[in-house]
Amino acid sequence: MGKARLTVFGLSSMEMEAIQLSLRVALWGVAWSLPLAVSVAWLLARGRFPGKILLDGLVHLPLVLPPVAVGYVLLVMFGRHGAIGAWLFEEFHIEIAFTWRGAAIAAAIMAFPLMVRAIRLSLETVDRKLESAARTLGAGPADVFLSITLPLIVPGIITGVILAFARSLGEFGATITFVSNIPGQTRTLPLAIYTLIQAPGGEETAMRLVLISVAVALVALALSELLARRAAARLEA
Amino acid sequence: MTPPLLDIDVSHATGGFSLDISLNISGQSAISGITALFGRSGSGKTSLINLMAGLARPDRGRIALGSRVLFDSERGIDLPPEQRRMGYVFQETRLFPHLDVRGNLGYGMKRRGRNGQLASFDHVVGLLDLEYLLNRHPDSLSGGEKQRVAIGRALLSNPELLLLDEPLASLDATHKNEILPFLERLRDDPGIPIIYVSHSMEEIVRLADVMVLISEGRVLANGNVEDLLSRLDLRPLTGRFEAGSVIAATLIGHEKKFGLSRLSFAGGELLAPMVDLPLGTPLRVRIRARDVTLATRKPTAVAAQNIYRGTIVQMETDTSSRTEALLDIGVPLWARLSAKSAQELKLAVGTRAYAMIKSVAIDGHSLGRQRVIGGASSE
Repeated sequence: MGKARLTVFGLSSMEMEAIQLSLRVALWGVAWSLPLAVSVAWLLARGRFPGKILLDGLVHLPLVLPPVAVGYVLLVMFGRHGAIGAWLFEEFHIEIAFTWRGAAIAAAIMAFPLMVRAIRLSLETVDRKLESAARTLGAGPADVFLSITLPLIVPGIITGVILAFARSLGEFGATITFVSNIPGQTRTLPLAIYTLIQAPGGEETAMRLVLISVAVALVALALSELLARRAAARLEA
Repeated sequence: MTPPLLDIDVSHATGGFSLDISLNISGQSAISGITALFGRSGSGKTSLINLMAGLARPDRGRIALGSRVLFDSERGIDLPPEQRRMGYVFQETRLFPHLDVRGNLGYGMKRRGRNGQLASFDHVVGLLDLEYLLNRHPDSLSGGEKQRVAIGRALLSNPELLLLDEPLASLDATHKNEILPFLERLRDDPGIPIIYVSHSMEEIVRLADVMVLISEGRVLANGNVEDLLSRLDLRPLTGRFEAGSVIAATLIGHEKKFGLSRLSFAGGELLAPMVDLPLGTPLRVRIRARDVTLATRKPTAVAAQNIYRGTIVQMETDTSSRTEALLDIGVPLWARLSAKSAQELKLAVGTRAYAMIKSVAIDGHSLGRQRVIGGASSE
């Protein structure tokens, strides 16, 4: 996606910035949370341990909490003086609050329950007899997970990733609370639309960004459908 | 003295069903052939091989394969399935849907096949005739083809023992007959001992040398197929429908004009439908009791080709007025007749009688090819 090509559509640099930032935030958010989501989904689908209900509730919390509340909790934890934020800054000089990284974290957390849910559902449909067959053929538990379970849940992972990606693109409340609305840093598409609507004479541009949002979402959904179909076809061929 | 193939002494209870197995499988016939685990459905056959393979854990006991201890509750040994080296062919095949046939076959081979490989990929593919299936996906295979792939996959994982759990149970008659020759090839080929779970006496007679009878989670008997099938006390278990005798014989000649083969056994000669095998081949013949009839005088001008003289050594009449008589004609031979006929002929234990077997009653399914191994067939 070259800059030159996008400018052909007559997009201002501010608009392009918002689009690129949104994509970056959503992609990183999804990429970083995916391994964790697979692990948590596995624990919830297969694990038997005390506190499982608690973990289940915790994972689903962002789905039911007001996004502003999530954003505030993140600010308290990851702010310069927050427990995690201070440590990250001291040890690695990484700033989270008020940066695009923070936006990615906010997006990832808000999208996490959707991703876990899709992967967990798919894990629960995996025929465990196939896994025991793999054990008798010489594969250890980790090997079985990588060579049998994981390939079988690929359609579920794709669904989860796309849901999370779409949710991340639309993330607003937690983002604006946690990382504010800084042009080029944290002003994603929804925040840009919000800003434009607030300013006089911005409605036209806002509408254009809304249409762009629709286009990005449609492309993402179509892509996911295509990938999921191909994965399913590979499993059933 | 070679160690036994399997030495098992375990107890295992799950949901109201308890398994209490004490079993020692040894001898050359078991080590180089097929041992059948026979029992009705729900008798604990599959539970037992799951314990062997490590897919279920006994409450207590010990399982040893050759000189390797796989499980010992007292010594705290419990090898995971991947270390037990048991090739397991499941009833429902359990092929991996995301891999093609080649991928399925290679799964175990990649993980375990390299050291001390017994069977090469090409050899197994040839043995089970899988070449034309290699690039297909499991979903596009017929039941019989899936089962062959599952057998190949297990063989290529380089097992020390192959467990077959009713591999023919889910197939219709046509596909069964398609697979049986492959199972015979398997038995005669790579020298991997096989445990064959089945509730079909027909399959067992055709394939197995040694048989273990299981009922309600206990081992009732363990021995040669011929011996166990002629035991009266096991009759309720081996089944009335299946009632019959199994005779060890050798192919000695053909009568091509009539499409018959001559077999020699301890009681004389037997004419059977043409068997297309080299002379001298040891065979196992199953003769159903209902295909044997008795006479007290030497019959003349009867259509039956096979007539033998013997003495009745056992007799029993069941509630439906059928009498079964065990005749010693050099080998034990069961005959079934109506109680009325038995009474009219004044049959009793000790009576000398003639047994007649129609040649056509012996069909291809009744003839099992025995493995050629030194002395084992006459044990």
